[in-house]
Amino acid sequence: MKSPYVQALASIACGTLFGFGLALSGMLDPTRVQGFLDVFGAWDPSLMFVLGGAVIVAMTGMLIVKTMARPVLAEKFHLPTKTGIDRSLILGSAIFGIGWGLGGLCPGPAVAALPMGYGATLLFVVTMLIGMVIHDRFVARKIA
Amino acid sequence: MTQYLQSLAGGMLIGLSAILFLVLNGRIAGISGIVGRLAQGMSILINGAFVVGLMLGPVLYMAIFTRWPAVTITASLPLLAVAGLLVGFGSRLGSGCTSGHGVLGLARLSPRSLAAVLTFLATGIITVTLMRGSL
Repeated sequence: MKSPYVQALASIACGTLFGFGLALSGMLDPTRVQGFLDVFGAWDPSLMFVLGGAVIVAMTGMLIVKTMARPVLAEKFHLPTKTGIDRSLILGSAIFGIGWGLGGLCPGPAVAALPMGYGATLLFVVTMLIGMVIHDRFVARKIA
Repeated sequence: MTQYLQSLAGGMLIGLSAILFLVLNGRIAGISGIVGRLAQGMSILINGAFVVGLMLGPVLYMAIFTRWPAVTITASLPLLAVAGLLVGFGSRLGSGCTSGHGVLGLARLSPRSLAAVLTFLATGIITVTLMRGSL
């Protein structure tokens, strides 16, 4: 087992890169996110480039990951084990999408924007945490 | 045009971050999973450090460009509160959000993630269309 502090250092670096990418991409702006979802109105296609750029880089990187027996700093890969498309997946994603459309915020940008000091973003993050806890306490059987 | 390039560059950095997190720590950079596990008190050091970094990202942006990225919030506070509840609950029930399913899931060619992305894009588009009366 490598030092957990080295892993934490890697986490903070990856998190910073992620947050900087969000800031650069325009994803932190809820109005632009809603503009991206407004395909029948004043559609703003720019966020397609965010997802496209992210997926292309991640897909290329996956080629490297597949050749690795284990991660550099940890014992093993923690990858999702579920494979079937079930009701929870679809229902949960549908609910998520409604919330995403209503506020123009999803978890990454909402948390990343906190240091900018908007009370509205903080309120969103607080109720988002409540929503997560409600699910994990009362709905989930057990989440590994 | 510059905006599209900036969006593309930002997206590529997000993809790079997600891959580095997987290569180094062996974990999926799905924000709802990371925040949710943190709220459950799981792997506090690793998940907490990622969240701290996530918030440092825009601060780094501010340090480089000497201004914050643009943020315009039009939704009312009660609406945002409801949106937060739905996003938090839905992302946990659906095992992921825009990052986990949208970036890594699609990159791993996961059918589950493709189904999730198509579903939340559809309901997101329907919601904004109804809210703005775009049709």
